[in-house]
Formats: sequence, C-alpha cells, structure tokens
Amino acid sequence: MSRLSQRFASLKAENRAGLVVFVTAGDPGRDVSQAILNGLPKAGADIIELGMPFTDAMADGPAIQEGSKRALAAGMTLPGVLEMVAAFRQGDAETPIVLMGYYNPVYIYGVERFAQDAAKAGVDGMIVVDLPPEEADELLTPLSRSGIDFIFLTAPTTDDARLPVVLNKASGFVYYVSITGVTGTVSASEAAVKAAVGRLKAQTQLPVAVGFGIKTPVQAAAVARHADAAVVGSAVVEMVATGDVAKVHQFVAELAAGVRKARGH
Amino acid sequence: MPDQRANSLRSGPDQNGHFGIFGGRFVAETLMPLILSVEQAYGEARNDPAFRAELGNLLTHYVGRPSPLYFAKRLSDHFGGAKIFLKREDLNHTGAHKINNCMGQILLAKRMGKQRIIAETGAGQHGVATATACALMGLDCCIFMGATDIERQAPNVYRMKLLGAEVRPVTAGAGTLKDAMNEALRDWVARVEDTYYLIGTVAGPHPYPAMVRDFQCVIGEETKEQMKAQEGRMPDSLVACIGGGSNAMGLFHPFLDDAAVAIYGVEAAGHGLDKEHAASLAGGRPGVLHGNRTYLLMNDDGQIEEGHSISAGLDYPGIGPEHSWLKETGRVTYVSATDEEALDAFVMMTRMEGIIPALESSHAMAYAGKLASTLSKDHLMVVNLSGRGDKDIATVAKFRGEGGVS
Repeated sequence: MSRLSQRFASLKAENRAGLVVFVTAGDPGRDVSQAILNGLPKAGADIIELGMPFTDAMADGPAIQEGSKRALAAGMTLPGVLEMVAAFRQGDAETPIVLMGYYNPVYIYGVERFAQDAAKAGVDGMIVVDLPPEEADELLTPLSRSGIDFIFLTAPTTDDARLPVVLNKASGFVYYVSITGVTGTVSASEAAVKAAVGRLKAQTQLPVAVGFGIKTPVQAAAVARHADAAVVGSAVVEMVATGDVAKVHQFVAELAAGVRKARGH
Repeated sequence: MPDQRANSLRSGPDQNGHFGIFGGRFVAETLMPLILSVEQAYGEARNDPAFRAELGNLLTHYVGRPSPLYFAKRLSDHFGGAKIFLKREDLNHTGAHKINNCMGQILLAKRMGKQRIIAETGAGQHGVATATACALMGLDCCIFMGATDIERQAPNVYRMKLLGAEVRPVTAGAGTLKDAMNEALRDWVARVEDTYYLIGTVAGPHPYPAMVRDFQCVIGEETKEQMKAQEGRMPDSLVACIGGGSNAMGLFHPFLDDAAVAIYGVEAAGHGLDKEHAASLAGGRPGVLHGNRTYLLMNDDGQIEEGHSISAGLDYPGIGPEHSWLKETGRVTYVSATDEEALDAFVMMTRMEGIIPALESSHAMAYAGKLASTLSKDHLMVVNLSGRGDKDIATVAKFRGEGGVS
C-alpha cells in the first residue's frame, strides 16, 4: 500500500479530513526550508505538497509566485528539491510527499530519470499543473512504473462530461480546484465545496482534496466537513516569507486544529 | 486554410494540436474546457461561408487589404543583387500585420458570445490591434503589458487607452512579453465565463498556433498572386522576422509546398548570440511554456530565461511551435540579426525608400540585405514589412544618442 493510500485509510478510520500543507522547496532558503519541511508532520500536516519552483508560475497568485522567486534566487533546483525530499525521509517514513509544479523543469530533467530519482528520494505523488490528461501520458507512464501517483486537477469548469477524461487517469487522490482563478485569491463558499465534492464522489472512489483560496483555520474546517482533505498553500507561504520556522509551524498547528475539529468530535 | 494532403508540409497540426513533438495543449485544467470550446467554435466558424464573408469584408474595407507588394528599387540597387519586394503590412489599418488576426478572432469571440477581450502585448502593436477590434465591435478590452514595454512603447500605450482599452502593467519578471502572457493567462483563468483571450501570435495552446496562422495566411496568399501579376512567376525567396512568428508564418505557410522557394526566418540576436538575445531557435532547446512545446530560452534546470531585443515585439524567450517543427524538418532556414544590424537597416530603409519600418521588420531587412547582395539580379526576394516604425522612433533616437524625441 502506498503512503498516500495508507494515509487516507487512516484518516478515514479516524473519521476526519486530512490537512495538506503546501510549501515551496527552498523558500526562503535551503536550510530554513528544510527545517520547515521536517517539522510539518509534527505541526499537524497529514500530507505535504512540496512546490518545485518555476520562473513562470502561470496558475499561481502573487504569494506562491514570490515563494518561487525566493527559492530560485536562493539557488534551488529540481535536483535540490529531490535532495530535500530524501533528507526529509531520513526522519519520516510515513508522511506522503506530493511534488507540485510546472512541467518544463521535469521535462528538461528527463521524465524517465526523474521518475526513478523521485521514487528513490521518497516522493509519493506528482501534481503538474500544466499537464492536463491530454498531454500527461509521457510523464504518467514512467511515474506509474516507479509507483508514483499522478494527481490530476479538476476545476469548476470540468463538467460532468469531461470528468471521466480526467478521472480515468487519476490515482492517489483527486485535487479539486475550488475556484476559477489562481492560487491564494478568492475563496469558494462551503455550499459550493459541498456540491463539488458530491459531484466528484459520484464519479470516483478516490479521495478528494480541495484547495485554492483556503487561508484560515475556519475555512479549512469548512472544507474538511465535506472533503477528504483541505489544501492550504498561499497562506502558509506568506508565513514562510518571514523565515520564522516556529511561526510557520504554529500556523500549521492552528490549521490542523481546525481540520481535526471540523466533524465535531 | 491549410492543405490537407498527407505529403504536404501544410497539413499540421494533428487533431491534438501537435506539429511533430511541438505544440499541444499544456494548460491548467481550469482552462482546458475553454481551449476545447475555442477549438470547436473555430472549427465551425472556418467552415461557415457567412463567417468567411464577414471576415473578408472587414479585411477589404476596414483593414485595407490587399496590402501592396512594392518593388524597392533603390534598396535593390544598393545591395546590387536580388530584386527586393516589400510586402507592405505596415500599410494596414493600425500599422502592422497584427490586425489580420484580430479581425478573425474578434469575430470568433463575438460568435462565442464573449463580452470581454484580453490580450498580451510586447511592442504594443497587437494591443493596439486588439483595442481597435474591440472598439469596432463594442467589446470590453483589457491589455496586459510588461512595465518595461510600457515605458519603451509609450505612444502605443496611449493609443490603446484612447481606443477605450484598459492597459494593465505587469511588473513580474523583467516586465516584458513573457510576463504579460503569464498575467493574461491568470486573468483568463479567473474570468472564464465572459472572457476571450485573443492571443497575438502563433504560440500558446492549440488551437491558437493554427488559428492565428490561418488568419495571417492572407499575407502569403496575396504575395503569391501579386508576384505572379508583377513578375509572372513565383518569388525565389521569402524573408520575415520572428518573435512568436505570426507575420513570418503568414507569409511562409502558403509557400511551404513550393520547394523552389527558399524561406528565411530572422530571429532577434540582441547584443549577439553569445550574449543576451531573443533567438529561441538558435540558442534555446525544446521545452514547455505558455501552453505549447517549442524551442525556449532556458537554463540547465529548465527555468525560463528572459529574452533580449531592442525590439519589444521580438523580446520573447519562445517561438511558435510550427516554426520549431519547420526548423527540425529543415524546410525553413532560421537565421538572426543583432540590435545593431536592425538599427542600421531601419535607417537605411527610411533614407532609401522613405519608409520607416518597425524595429521588428528591420531585423528581416537586415538579413535580407546581406542575402540579396550575394544573389543574382533576376532573383525575386520578398521581405515582409510587418509593421511601421513610428512607435519606435524614441527607441532609435535614444540608441543613436539623438535628442528631439521623448
């Protein structure tokens, strides 16, 4: 059983949603970023989404764009991202790590080699924003040979007719982008999230994580009442910008408390 | 419309938008359904005689087509070789080839019921053409433009504003065309219901590279007829500048299957190919950005690098995917011209022909001059004069250390 399915199974057993925390690898610098990453599970992150920095983060709002820029300025590279995952794995064998980013650096690294190196480093899943199912096979095939899940995004614009196109190739979990927009901007209403999760659940057995626009423990809790996991990115990255490791972990703990209390037990 | 024969170089892209390994639809899922709907709407429109008639009518009576094919005698004599003909896209309404594509896409946007148009612009020519099309059709218009470009293309910024467009400055990155395109994509993802993204070049996700090419092919089709009327035969060579590559593709595409016609695309070599430049084919490698796989300027880690060119319209680290494919097939020869060579050509064309060319087009002229001098006097060469250079006079004055223009 993969780390991701194991984690979702235990969340189900606890009857609660998971907290997915996004940070950009190498932001604001390699050492601070590693310290933040290593402490995320203890602070309450159930799954970690680790951003692979990119110069042209087209689907991201200002917070994550800035995070990418800081990481690149501090010298982060894709091999560096994998080294950070490997270092994390020395102290944590259970928390799933999903890499998130854009295709070009992975393509340039070489998809076959990347799939092998990522598996070796301890990566569990990949979200590649600009690889829709129509273009994903060239990466999906080597990843699945390496046992890495390819997590697809679904959006409010993905209608019922299109959903199977996406879901047929999905594994690990399904990421629902709760708004039409970039990361860290507007937030969806709880009612909209509930309806969307229902729509997805009608077509897939995979867990559903909901993200984009979740900034506070209260919002995280609202999502956690309906989804299998709530993803918080931009709000965490804004904390990361301060370079204060304890402050980041404190904020993650508050988000985790919100998520854990969401279903009233 | 492209030739569909299997052995034709004009039959691409395939149904998924690929030209060989290039092209495609590398966009976030939120945009995927929109891209597919643009593709479907375009597929219907291009086969609709009413759509084609309306577009033809606008091109004739609003844009002022056909644009002349002008024999530049003094330039030809100066270089002492080939007969140089200028395809006068600078004489179109709004002063560049960009309007050809805007007329087509604005009719498509209307047909799709969109109320708001967004576009990216570098030199401002596409922004002006888009703002013009929106004014004509009564649609809202928002143009994304890098802050650096806003500074160096001030007259076009004001033109867009006069035309009723909102010009949104983009400060991310180097504040040039690449960053403007990122920001336009971010806006589109947030306004999917009412907004149409009017891409100005033969790049971006499928169907844009093919659609923009189709709307620009009028340049090459006219050239074929005009050359036949003037010289009784086909041209021997074609030369056009390339940023994203829409004016070049418009001229080249109708000639791709005419093997006797030599075709040259001129990239911007900036300060030189060993220094800062914007020549993606000469100095880049295949990668994925802005919805398509194509040659891109990047570092070894796959991070995109900023292009540099004196011409804001060529200052882009990528190129249309069909050009990447044509490079690999060898059908088109891709070369480059530096900032300095382009400036020399700018001055030369102005003084010898009384035509002030855009700095973009000056790159084509720079290479064409070199090439022409090596060719015989019966060689017929067409240079695409893609735009006029009024917008560039401040840049040129600054570079030459001359006052009088602000």
